[in-house]
Amino acid sequence: MAMLEIENLHVTADGKEIVRGLDLAVPAGEVHAIMGPNGSGKSTLAYVLAGREDYEVTEGRVRFLGRDLLAMEPEERAAAGLFLAMQYPVEIPGVSNTYFLRQAVNALRKARGEPEMKPAEFMKRLREAARTVGIREELLRRDLNADFSGGEKKRNEILQLLVLEPAFAILDETDSGLDIDALKAVARAVNGLRGPERGFLVITHYQRLLEFIVPDRVHVMVEGRIVRSGGKELARELEERGYEPFLREAA
Amino acid sequence: MSDAVETVRELTERDYEWGFVTPVEEETVPPGLDEDVIRLISRKKEEPAWLTEWRLEAFRRWRRMEEPRWARVHYPPIDYQAISYFAAPKQKERPKSLDDIDPEIRRTYEKLGIPIREQEILAGVAVDYVFDSVSVATTFKKKLEELGIIFCSISEAVRDHPELVRRYLGSVVPPGDNFYAALNSAVFSDGSFVYVPPGVRCPMELSTYFRINAAGTGQFERTLIIADRGSYVSYLEGCTAPMRDENQLHAAVVELIALDEAEIKYSTVQNWYPGDREGRGGIYNFVTKRGLCKGVRSKISWTQVETGSAITWKYPSCVLQGDESVGEFYSVALTNNFQQADTGTKMIHIGRHTRSRIVSKGIAAGRSQNTYRGLVRILRGAEGARNHTQCDSLLIGDRCGAHTVPYIEVKNPSARVEHEATTSKLSEAQLFYCRARGIPLEDAVALVVNGFCREVMDELPMEFAVEARKLLGISLEGSVG
Repeated sequence: MAMLEIENLHVTADGKEIVRGLDLAVPAGEVHAIMGPNGSGKSTLAYVLAGREDYEVTEGRVRFLGRDLLAMEPEERAAAGLFLAMQYPVEIPGVSNTYFLRQAVNALRKARGEPEMKPAEFMKRLREAARTVGIREELLRRDLNADFSGGEKKRNEILQLLVLEPAFAILDETDSGLDIDALKAVARAVNGLRGPERGFLVITHYQRLLEFIVPDRVHVMVEGRIVRSGGKELARELEERGYEPFLREAA
Repeated sequence: MSDAVETVRELTERDYEWGFVTPVEEETVPPGLDEDVIRLISRKKEEPAWLTEWRLEAFRRWRRMEEPRWARVHYPPIDYQAISYFAAPKQKERPKSLDDIDPEIRRTYEKLGIPIREQEILAGVAVDYVFDSVSVATTFKKKLEELGIIFCSISEAVRDHPELVRRYLGSVVPPGDNFYAALNSAVFSDGSFVYVPPGVRCPMELSTYFRINAAGTGQFERTLIIADRGSYVSYLEGCTAPMRDENQLHAAVVELIALDEAEIKYSTVQNWYPGDREGRGGIYNFVTKRGLCKGVRSKISWTQVETGSAITWKYPSCVLQGDESVGEFYSVALTNNFQQADTGTKMIHIGRHTRSRIVSKGIAAGRSQNTYRGLVRILRGAEGARNHTQCDSLLIGDRCGAHTVPYIEVKNPSARVEHEATTSKLSEAQLFYCRARGIPLEDAVALVVNGFCREVMDELPMEFAVEARKLLGISLEGSVG
């Protein structure tokens, strides 16, 4: 059984259907990529999986590690091991990056019935993660995402990924706005986490990221559906031909 | 938002934990107020004739005054003749040592999480405990005496240090200052007194814990703090009251005096019973707090975290008389359900190169109304005066209100006055972000709100800050969801 199983998912927002009968299964140990043009519903899918409330699921089901994902609160999904690296991370003024992450670590531990992480252990893990993704110590002390550059915000999402070590991570256009060095740092972090127990869903416009995080499967999403799936070579094909042929098919 | 609103609602509607009543025998005078009652209070406290006369004079003025109506708060008329103006736990005499305190009162403070036992008191905080109208204990007295610091109840100060009390009582808040101050001057029962001698830096936080217990009473405490030349003192005030359906009146007066190069830091965590979800009961908190920066380069800093009371009417102020003196006001006012708060500050710049800073954070949830009202007045002689005001409001849900009423009066052209204000709604995106990282909704609300208040919370002494942070979370339970 796959880690994440999506069956016939339909999602509307503001009365408009955005995801229109999507099927997808990601087994443990695999990295799947979803590629697609703007407005195809990729980010909506990511938000729905993480539990954002602005969307309505009208049909279909999602199972995560055998549980009914859509019946769970966002924090329960996180506790079950789901993580979303967001495209637009929010700022929380007055709450330091480090404090926030420590709250998150301990909230997850509490939900799983584990004791709090010792401050020294947490700091060690945080500093290691910061080195891996190339985040300066100073950024750890600043308010969460406040006055971070676009690139810093993305790196910070991956920092959280490293510290929280979720079973399954969704990366929503983490590559957009990143220079090549940042892209490599993100890929290094993700690749370091790959393993037989862990799954990834990487959402992106461009094939570039997939040169560094090589996926097991690539899915093309157009107008709320997966219209084609294939191996990693599909990403290259998309880069050459664009989404045009798929859009025509969908129409 | 629906989920978020639900949680803030759960958070905000959690029961008031401090609402119990202590079964001690209390001595109260019958309801009503006339000159005989005032004489009775004064006699019970064995006061000198000048003070009895001072009270009576205040009472005569009060009778000619009218309740202020300009605040943005609404409540039915208060029957001042229905209130009992004196309540005290029955005890033959003031306990000689901490061991003599009525075990019931001791248990009360233990339930509130503040044991009356010196060795256990939070890392060296000296505490004065005021139970209803009288002070029941003051800790660490010996240690402070060695430094010449006087920290006692104001009744004791009247007896043991009459020259200081007579000189300063009413010197910052005169008896006729306003309706509630006049009432307080007439009937004040107890409160704390602090005097720090020249050049002494008080080595520990001084603290008073106020507890209203008896029914049908008002609490009218009076605090007087004098920091002599070059001294420093940090003072904390905490308060709770039982849950009752009736409204209880609390009309305190606090006066601070800082002489040359002295500094006073005054922190309050106000958690009087706010009333129930329907707005029944709760404390009317009508308080006058004012500090006089009398000396050059003196400094007075007010920090308040206001989460309780049905109605709060309170403007801790600074009169910056000494040249280069500094006034600060850091405030968090949180209202929920049917609470109403009209709070802010006055910064009166008289001396040259005086500076003031105002940071106000208002949080409104439920159907509450939260008003910041502030005055910055720069007088003609206040050459080079400076003020910076920052006033932020956070709204939770769509049935509450936040209001900002700043007054700025500048008579000196060299002054620089800045005012910044923002209003925002608790952001669904922020809450979702926290939750997606595993932080449950209630904790997420507390986290975001504490972040919003951070600049003020950072001003609180450490022991208090932890308490205040928790209190913000608890006070918001149920307001989102």
